[in-house]
Order: sequence, then structure tokens, then C-alpha cells
Amino acid sequence: MANGPVWVFAEVVDGRVAPGALELLTKARSLGAADVEAVCLGPGAREAVGELGRHGASTVYISIDAGFVELLMGGPGADTLAPLIATRKPELILFPGTHDGRDLAGRLAAKLDLPVIANGLDIETGAAITVTSTIFGVTQVVRTEFGERRPALALFRPKAFTASALPAGPAPRTVEVPAVIDERHRRARVVDRSTPVATGPALEEATVVVSGGRGLQEPANFELLHEVAGLLHGAVGASRAAVDAGWVPYSMQVGQTGKTVKPTVYIACGISGAMQHTVGMRGAQAIVAINRDPEAPIFKLADLGIVGDALTVLRQLRDELRSRSG
Amino acid sequence: MNVVVCVKLVPDPNTPGQLDPETHRLRRDLADAVLDPGDEFGVEAGLQLAEAHGGEVRVVSMGPERAVDAVRKALAMGATKGVLVCDDSLRGADALTTAKVLAAAIRREPYDLVITATESTDGYSGIVPQALAELLGVPAVTFASEMSSDGSLLTATRQTERGSETVVTGLPCVVAVTAGVNEPRYPTLRGIMGVKSKPLERLTPTDLGLAASVPTPTGQTVVSVTMAGQRQAGEVVRDDGDGAHRIVELLARLRVI
Ligand SMILES: Cc1cc2nc3c(=O)[nH]c(=O)nc-3n(C[C@H](O)[C@H](O)[C@H](O)COP(=O)(O)OP(=O)(O)OC[C@H]3O[C@@H](n4cnc5c(N)ncnc54)[C@H](O)[C@@H]3O)c2cc1C
Ligand SMILES: Nc1ncnc2c1ncn2[C@@H]1O[C@H](COP(=O)(O)O)[C@@H](O)[C@H]1O
Repeated sequence: MANGPVWVFAEVVDGRVAPGALELLTKARSLGAADVEAVCLGPGAREAVGELGRHGASTVYISIDAGFVELLMGGPGADTLAPLIATRKPELILFPGTHDGRDLAGRLAAKLDLPVIANGLDIETGAAITVTSTIFGVTQVVRTEFGERRPALALFRPKAFTASALPAGPAPRTVEVPAVIDERHRRARVVDRSTPVATGPALEEATVVVSGGRGLQEPANFELLHEVAGLLHGAVGASRAAVDAGWVPYSMQVGQTGKTVKPTVYIACGISGAMQHTVGMRGAQAIVAINRDPEAPIFKLADLGIVGDALTVLRQLRDELRSRSG
Repeated sequence: MNVVVCVKLVPDPNTPGQLDPETHRLRRDLADAVLDPGDEFGVEAGLQLAEAHGGEVRVVSMGPERAVDAVRKALAMGATKGVLVCDDSLRGADALTTAKVLAAAIRREPYDLVITATESTDGYSGIVPQALAELLGVPAVTFASEMSSDGSLLTATRQTERGSETVVTGLPCVVAVTAGVNEPRYPTLRGIMGVKSKPLERLTPTDLGLAASVPTPTGQTVVSVTMAGQRQAGEVVRDDGDGAHRIVELLARLRVI
């Protein structure tokens, strides 16, 4: 690995540093770079510095302009980072594969003519920088080597790495960077935001995820999933068919175009097991599937498959869990 | 409103494709290939806007000769004309190269809106829409699950990790739609019959004036391709009234209860 620093793009969500940034900083520490640095854009950036430092950032570049949240991140983010990249010459920039992470990496790639690899699961540095990523919905694993252009841009799937903090050390250096927000970026504005109120643990962090699909037949039946999840201190997820039907919000979708979860147990109820769904949950330690079709593809990866009616099994499961806890 | 929809040919997602272990490229000969189901939503969205505001829907694709099938399907759904950029030098093109080619093909005629899918079903990098917007110098609204326009401004609902946001943007712009944004129409018999009479151009990077910068000489080389470790199927039992109990036993074994 050459001498330039490794950067991590860090997001702040609801006043908290997003887990992806901490996972990537943890990995960045092991890459043999002279410096690991973080970049954090938006109003909450200053408050994020301490936590980024505890996960390995020696310098945090912040830009606290409100434009980063009132406008879309991609354009303003790329224009703000381009001059900084030119002066600091990072070797490599790691991005979480989130919506903003992808927007920013795609913009930077085109703006600075840089190579970019998405869906990373792992990265190695030596004579070359090599990223392991998946294609075709994690059925195949590809190793791709970056050529000579720098910085190399790499996006990682959520939970590709496990975050761990360092023992207390000196606070990182904070460098405030002027936001570069071109008039043309002001043409696209975020005029409204809505966040459904969540109860219980976040889907991505829960140790038990109980998910429902089209096989649940109607939105009211998701109540049963909530009851079971509640008894297990877990979270409720869904397949896209359930989201598209308008039964549950998109924030509950698991899969290729939704969230990636890695719980201890994933319970798929009335979900067929399409590749685009399994991409988001196959990392679970154990998978349970309830489906009335014995040929459902979900049974090919379930540790325990129950062929039967999801609602019947869920009601019994709820009752048995209640009597255990009661 | 003149809309350009980017459409890609992908291996049928129901029969996942294979990579050639020698060339590290997709073995298109092995898989059935289809218009990316994600792009069908884009074509439908473009048709709806053109129907509401007048104008035409052009489709643009980069891919092997066979990708002409994806373009034809979009034409059969109702698009007015198609462009396929096809050249040996583009085999295995990375996201940036793809965006450069698509941008050059799009720029040849005036446009108000470019629609892509959020991510392709095979590569699923999700990078192309943003790179395209940067090259075209326009905003990009990704993860759009709803959109409407009054002809000069476009309003989109954008899915976020936590909920949704409403974005208002001027035109031209790039919008990357999510699956489920609409219900794609099936080509009618008349639509299918009409494809032959619609313009379908085949271009090379040279035609687009791109030869020197495409493919992007960034050097990004695939060094190996392997099958991912598959999960083993476990036990599958018919529910005879003790299905729930079996689940409880497993939960207890894993110490989550
Ligand atoms: C570009 C793209 C991206 C996508 N991204 C995602 C994604 O992120 N996440 C995702 O989930 N999908 C995604 N999909 C969709 C995916 O391909 C499937 O269509 C979807 O996952 C199917 O959802 P489902 O299993 O709930 O519905 P279905 O496939 O309709 O399956 C319903 C299942 O329920 C079973 N069933 C019915 N009744 C009962 C009952 N009473 N008890 C028990 N079982 C019952 C049936 O046997 C069946 O197996 C994507 C598709 C595309 C094209
Ligand atoms: N070769 C291509 N031809 C036409 N459109 C493409 C091509 N590659 C990507 N796209 C569009 O860009 C979207 C995102 O692609 P990707 O960044 O590869 O995930 C796709 O869903 C398509 O709409």
C-alpha cells in the first residue's frame, strides 16, 4: 500500500454515526495505510468526530452546510470532496453501500474519472488493491483488482465488517472544509421527509427478524408478526411483494433493493425465497421458513423448514412463547 | 416531454447466470436473457409521462448484439425509437464506461428526462445513474418509488433507509426508479407487430466520438470468479401441529429465548 491515507465516508443518521462508517473504519485500520481519515458532511458532522476517532480516524474532514440535507447528497458532496481529494491525495475511499454512499461514489467516479467497485464484501491491500464483491445476488464472488488510478473508490455491503472501537486515545484532528454547492445542484430540493415511527430494535440490528411476504395474505396479518417479534425482542421485516402491495413501508424491506440483515435467527413467513430477497438475509446464523408450498425455494437455504400455513404456525408460536414468558 | 429510458439486457434472474472462468465475463450463451425486469418499470414510467405531456420515449442500451431483444421489447411496449451501442471493445465494460457510452448516446438529441432503474439485476452496482447524471450535468433522483410532473418540474418520492422523502427538481434530470413504481404494461399484439416499423439504430463508440476515452483506461481487472458458498438446506418438516414447537426448540438452542 502506497503512502496516501485511506478515507471512509461517514454518514450521520438521526444524530447518530451510521454503523457502516464504523464498520469501514475498523476495516481501514487493518489495511496498512499511513493514515485512516473520515469525511463527514452535513449539520451533524461535528458531533460525529469523537465516535469516528474512537473507531480509528486520525483526522475527520467535516463540512456542516445545511445544503447536504436540504439538497441531494451526490452533487454537492462530490463537488465539495473533489478539491480535497486533489490536495490530500487519498489512496482509497471506502463508502457504505447506502443510498447516499452510492450517489456520492457514482458522482465522484464520473467527475474525476475514477474506478469504482460496488457491493464489496472484503478488501485486501498489498502490491495491488483487491476487492471481493458479489454479483448475481451473491451467487458468485468476484475479485477485482484496481489499476493505477487513485483514489480507488469501493462501496461495501452493510455488515461486510464488524465494527470495534479502540481503547481511548487522543481525539482526532478536525478539519473544516468549505461546502461547494453549485447553483445547478439547488435545482433539486428535498421538500419533505417522513420517517415511520419505529418501536423495538432496528431491523438491521435485531438478533431475531420475523419477516412476512405475500403469503401473509393481508396487511392486518402483519400484526401477528409484530406480536411474535415483540415476544422475541426482535424486529419485523418484509419481502418486496408485501411492500409493493402497500401492506408495510419500504423501510421494512429485506433484500437486494432493501436492507441486509444478519440476525441470529431469521424467520421467513409466506416468502417464496426469490434470489433478490435471499441476498438480504442469507447471512443470518439460522434461517427458519414457514411456507405451504414444499417446493418453495426458501427451503433450499432454511435450517428449519415448516411446510404449512404461516398464520396457523405463527399463532401457535405466539401462544407458546407467551406461555414460556408468562 | 421527451424521455430517454436506459434499458439493459440481463440474464433471466430466474436462472442466475454464469461467469466464464477464463474470460471472467458473463456467459451470455448459457443463460436466457431478458429485458431487465427493473427496466420495465422505467419504460412504463416514461410511457406514462409521454402520454400525459406529449413527446416521445427513446430507449438506449449498451450491450451485445442480443441486447436488441431488450430494445425491441421496450419498443413493443410503446417506446418510439431505440438505440443500441454495441462493440467488441465494450465487452465487460465497467460502470463508468457504461455511463460514458450512455451519456454520449443520450446527448445526440434533446431530452427532458432520463430514466434508469435503481440497479441492474445482474451487476447491481447502482452506480450508472449517478455517473450518467454527472456526465450530463443534471440532478439525479435515485430510489424513486413515485414520480409525477407538470411538464417543467418533476416531483418524486424517494425511498430512504428510514422512510421516504419528497424531492422536487427542474428538468432535465435523471431519475432512477425502484421496482414497484408502477405496473409495467404487457406489449400488445399491435405493439409487437409495430416494432418492425420503428427506428432502431446501432452505433459504435466511434460513431459517438468516444473511441479514445472508452473503455475507461482506469484498469479495473477481474482476477477471479468463484461460486459463493451455498447454504445447506436443513430439515424440512410438514406441520402436523408441532411446527411452532420445533421453532421454539431451535430458538432455545440458539439461546435467543
Ligand atoms: C430489480 C428487482 C429487485 C428486487 N428486490 C427485492 C428485494 O429487495 N426484496 C425482496 O423481497 N424482493 C425483491 N424483488 C422481488 C423478488 O423477485 C420477489 O418477487 C419477491 O421477493 C417475492 O415476494 P414474496 O416471496 O413475498 O411473494 P411470492 O413470490 O408471491 O411468494 C409468496 C409465498 O407465500 C407462500 N404462501 C402463500 N400462502 C401461504 C400461507 N397461507 N402460508 C404459508 N405460505 C404461504 C407461497 O407458497 C409463496 O411461496 C426484486 C425484484 C426485482 C426485479
Ligand atoms: N449497458 C447498459 N445499457 C443501458 N442501461 C444500462 C446499462 N447498464 C446500466 N444501465 C442502467 O443503469 C441502471 C443501473 O445499473 P447498474 O449501475 O449497473 O446497477 C440499470 O438498471 C439500467 O437502467
